[in-house]
Amino acid sequence: MNKLQIDLTTTKPCCPTPLAWPAKPHVLFPRLLSVSKAQSWTCGKITTAAGDVFRVSTKLSRAERFNMIKCRISGFRMSYVVQPGLYAVGNPDAASDVFASANYKLSFDILRRALAGMNAWILVLDTKGINVWCAAGKGSFGTDELVHRIGLVQLHRIVSHRKIILPQLAAPGINAAEVLKRNGFSIRFGPVRAEDIPAYVQSGYAATRAMRTVRFSIADRLVLTPMEIIPAAKQFPVFALMVLLVFGAQPTGIIFSDAWSGGWPILALGLAALLAGAFITPLFLPIMPFRSFAIKGWVVGLFITFAAMKTIHPYSEQHILVAAASYLAFPLVSSYLALQFTGATTFTGMSGVKKELTLAIPLYIAGCVISACFIFAYKLVQWGVI
Amino acid sequence: MKYLRKVTTLRFDETRCTGCGRCFEVCPRNVFGMRGRKAFIVDKDLCLECGACSLNCTPAALSVESGVGCASALITSMLRGGEPVCGCDSSTGGCC
Repeated sequence: MNKLQIDLTTTKPCCPTPLAWPAKPHVLFPRLLSVSKAQSWTCGKITTAAGDVFRVSTKLSRAERFNMIKCRISGFRMSYVVQPGLYAVGNPDAASDVFASANYKLSFDILRRALAGMNAWILVLDTKGINVWCAAGKGSFGTDELVHRIGLVQLHRIVSHRKIILPQLAAPGINAAEVLKRNGFSIRFGPVRAEDIPAYVQSGYAATRAMRTVRFSIADRLVLTPMEIIPAAKQFPVFALMVLLVFGAQPTGIIFSDAWSGGWPILALGLAALLAGAFITPLFLPIMPFRSFAIKGWVVGLFITFAAMKTIHPYSEQHILVAAASYLAFPLVSSYLALQFTGATTFTGMSGVKKELTLAIPLYIAGCVISACFIFAYKLVQWGVI
Repeated sequence: MKYLRKVTTLRFDETRCTGCGRCFEVCPRNVFGMRGRKAFIVDKDLCLECGACSLNCTPAALSVESGVGCASALITSMLRGGEPVCGCDSSTGGCC
C-alpha cells in the first residue's frame, strides 16, 4: 500500500472557525477518518498526515447491485447509509481531486463506480442518508455541514490544494462564496451525473451544457414508478374490502356471491385507475397532453376507465348509477396519483404544485362525495326502496 | 418537459447583476443565459424553484421562494401545518 508523502509545511489551516476545527478531532474518529472497520466495499487503507483513510473499491458487488434495486422498490433506501468521512479511490495524493457526496449509500456507490481508474478522495457528508439533491433542498447537504466535515477530516492537512468538486445538484444547499470565506476551500460544481465525471476532469473541469442539465428520460421515469405503484397498492385492500361490503350488503345481511359478482368489475376498474395514474402517466409524461399533472392523470384515467368498462362489459352496460360513479371517481383517482408523481420529477416547482392542489383537491372531494351518493342511490334502487 | 406557465416565483434584478455567471453554472434547467457582462432569463417556465441560483447569487440579484415541488409534501403540510418538506420516509411516495 502506498504511503502518502505530504509536505506538512505547505498546508496551513485557513480561517479556522469553532465549528470547523474541533479541539480533538481524533476523539471523534479514534483511528480512522471514515468507517470504523473494514467493509466489503473497502480495499485496504491509505495513511495520511491526518490519519488512516479506507480505500474503496470502484466495482460494485452483486449484493450492492441488488441493493440498488431494493432502494427503488421499498423503504430499504431509508436506512441504506454509509458513515460520513473521507475515503480514497485508487492511490490519491496531496494533489488529487476531492469529490463530495451524500451518505446515502446509493449516491456514494454511483460516485465510486464513476471514479474507476482515477486517484481521488471522496468526502462523504452527513446528509442523514438522503440523496444529494433532496438533501441540498433540505439544507442537510449544506454550507454548514460541508465546512464542518472538511474540518473534521482535516482536509487541509491531506490535500495541498484548496478545491473541492461538488455534484451540481448540491447547489441549492451550498453557498460557494460562504464556504470560501469560512475555510478557504473553493467550490467547483461538477456535472449533474457522476457518470460524466471522467469527461469533466479530462476537459479541464469544464462541464458542458448537457452535463449541467438534469434529464428525465423514460428510463429515469420507469425506475421511479415502483415507488408510486407500491404505496398506492398498499391502500388497495382497504378499497377492496369497502367495495365488497357495499356490493354484498343486502337488507338480510352480507351476501358473498353478490359481493363478488357486483364488486369484481369495480375492483378491476380500481386497479386500472391505479396503473393509469401511477404507471402509465409517469411513463408517457412528455407525450400526454396538458402541463398539469392532475389533468394529465385525469385524461389517462378517463381513457383507461372507458377501455376497462368496455372490456369488462362488452355487451351489457353496468347499472347506470354504478357506471356514472365509476366514470366520475376513477379518473379522479388516476389524477390524484399522477399529481403525487410531482415529487419524483426533475422539473416541477412548489408554486405550480400548490396551484394544482388548490384547484384539484376540492374537485377530488366533490367527486368522491357525488360518487358515494350515486352508489348509495344504486343500493336503494337494488333494495327496492326507491 | 415544462411545468405550468407563469407560476415561478423567480425574480431577477438586472441592475444588481455583476455577470459572475454562477446562476448560469448552477441552474440544472438552463433558465439563464449570459449576454456580455449580464445574465438574462432564457425561459422562466423552465424554473423548478430549487433555489440554487438565489443562494449562490452574491449580489442578491436573484430571488426565488424555493421549496419542494412535491404534492404529498404539500398535502402533509396543509393537513399538519408547518413547512412543506419532502417526507423521505417509507410512508411517502416517490419523493427523494
